[in-house]
Amino acid sequence: MSHPHKVYGLGAEFDSAGALLAAAEKIRDQGFSRWDVHTPFPIHGMDKAMGLGKSWLSAGVFVGGFLGLITGICLVAIPSFVLYPMIVHGKPYDWRTFPAFFPIIFELAVLFAALTAVFGMFALNQLPRFHHPVFNWDRFKRFSDDGFLLVIEARDDKFSESRTKALLEQIGGRNVTLIQD
Amino acid sequence: MSKSSVSLETPAELKREPLVANNHSIKWVTENVCSIVQSPTPKWWLLAMCITSPIALIGLICIVYQISNGVGVWGENHPNGWAWDITNFVFWIGIGHAGTLISAVLFLTRQKWRTSINRAAEAMTLFAVVCAGIFPAIHVGRVWYAWFLAPIPNTNAIWPNFRSPLLWDVFAVSTYFTVSLLFWFVGLIPDLATLRDRSKSRIAQILYGIGALGWRGSNKQWRHYEMAYLLLAGLSTPLVLSVHSIVSFDFATSIMPGWHTTIFPPYFVAGAIFGGFAMVLTIMLPAAQIFPQLADMITRQHVDKMAKILLLTGSIVGYAYLMELFVAWYGVNKFEGFTFFIARANVDGKGWYQWSYWIMMFCNVISPQIFWFKKMRANYIAVFIVCQFVNVGMWFERFTIIVTSLAQDFLPSSWGHYAPSTTEILTFVGTFGIFFSLFLLFMRFLPMVAISEVKGVTPEADPHHNHPKH
Repeated sequence: MSHPHKVYGLGAEFDSAGALLAAAEKIRDQGFSRWDVHTPFPIHGMDKAMGLGKSWLSAGVFVGGFLGLITGICLVAIPSFVLYPMIVHGKPYDWRTFPAFFPIIFELAVLFAALTAVFGMFALNQLPRFHHPVFNWDRFKRFSDDGFLLVIEARDDKFSESRTKALLEQIGGRNVTLIQD
Repeated sequence: MSKSSVSLETPAELKREPLVANNHSIKWVTENVCSIVQSPTPKWWLLAMCITSPIALIGLICIVYQISNGVGVWGENHPNGWAWDITNFVFWIGIGHAGTLISAVLFLTRQKWRTSINRAAEAMTLFAVVCAGIFPAIHVGRVWYAWFLAPIPNTNAIWPNFRSPLLWDVFAVSTYFTVSLLFWFVGLIPDLATLRDRSKSRIAQILYGIGALGWRGSNKQWRHYEMAYLLLAGLSTPLVLSVHSIVSFDFATSIMPGWHTTIFPPYFVAGAIFGGFAMVLTIMLPAAQIFPQLADMITRQHVDKMAKILLLTGSIVGYAYLMELFVAWYGVNKFEGFTFFIARANVDGKGWYQWSYWIMMFCNVISPQIFWFKKMRANYIAVFIVCQFVNVGMWFERFTIIVTSLAQDFLPSSWGHYAPSTTEILTFVGTFGIFFSLFLLFMRFLPMVAISEVKGVTPEADPHHNHPKH
């Protein structure tokens, strides 16, 4: 609040998914690093156009699933073999009965992996985050309808209010607006 | 120049039908789906709620009555320890499976037509699992001891039996509900952002805003979001197959004739998908009529494809029924033969529940066969009628499996008839009230069609798409 007129960045609108993709490639080639596009749906090829690699969420989910597997094994094996070995219907109760534990172990592995996928995605995307400077842009709401938006942050080393604005207009951006922080 | 004579255009007959008919823009998708939620409450909706919510209330009253008086208020007694309760449980949980199949399996197999129906189907999954969960919880009789199922030592320091299929069921169903809820919610996030950005009232903005978690649709977010969605689809696929396999283990690991068969897991999974698709169509066909704005998104090709899935899964179920009969005839187990040929199919007039068996056979195996004809798949009324047959047939399948095996098992001296009590019937009817009330609330307050996903399959979404001249 101490800097009421601090600039967050510059936003520009593009006509279509294709136009935004072409613009993103140009911004990438100009060497900008702190910028993003906001679209109603994920655009095919945008990760490459922005120079982003693969999401490594999958690695986290593997770890989560593996922890679920270990938890499942401990949860069924420790009580059944150590804490309270139970004889039901006179059936065996030693390690050979292990296949009877597979369903629970499997379910826990899936549960932990799914929880990691969702909450890991939230963490990587920094969600929930209800306030963000881009919401200050009055045309930002169009991203969830049919807007194809590109925002370059002022924190970027290459950012300059006048030159970046000219660049955005030159590559086809419309309604290029200064976004307040 | 010689190449110019070769046309590179796809021949008209090989072109794919567009997933969203009439070449609409992505703005049209937003407007049409949101208009369902953001227009004033329609009269039919209030009327429908006035019918379904009292039915739900009757169900809840029956549940309270049953809990306060004990399982004796039901018609179940020795030897029929399981009857309508578990029939209803398997019936509802099976219905849920179509939603997961549409959202996960069809996603992994790149069946893009799923985008316009997956949201409603996933909602249906959740509400069906809610209805399913009621029955095993209350059938234990003293529900305040239901926590004995939790993986913790009880007051006598006894742990639950982790080798018991009933405990597997607890883990499978609770995992299934949790993962389905997460999958549904993850899919909803971008659409809740759309509703947040379009809402005029402050309350709606705040409520949808909380649900949207501050979604900004940035590509750095979409990247992880798409990966999360793909992983959830990959995890839900084996999960959905495991859940109904485990439900079938409740039966298959016992020694009851008619239950103790290795064919049960695949047979139950196919039956679940079959029954679930019938319920998806039961809901979606009227919805597409009530909301004409959805007509270009839920098109004939959707109904056609779902009817084909009904035909396929119905035939798999039919194969399983015949294979059970074959094994009962071919095998040496006399009790198995008795259960199938006498208690169920009633070839010599000694069976008690042959009507249930033959309703099941007709509804599940014979009725979907009309979908071999394209004309029938294109006829919404015919599709709707067959779906009702399937809904009935799949309930009777579970009833047949449970009651015929228990009522007439090994020793004729321990046989016993079963008939449901009024409380039992009304509890089941009540779950339909709960299911449809929840679905009506969902239709009214949440986007029924996955907006961002449908936008992604419009021609405009393709970055190489040429702009139509305005």
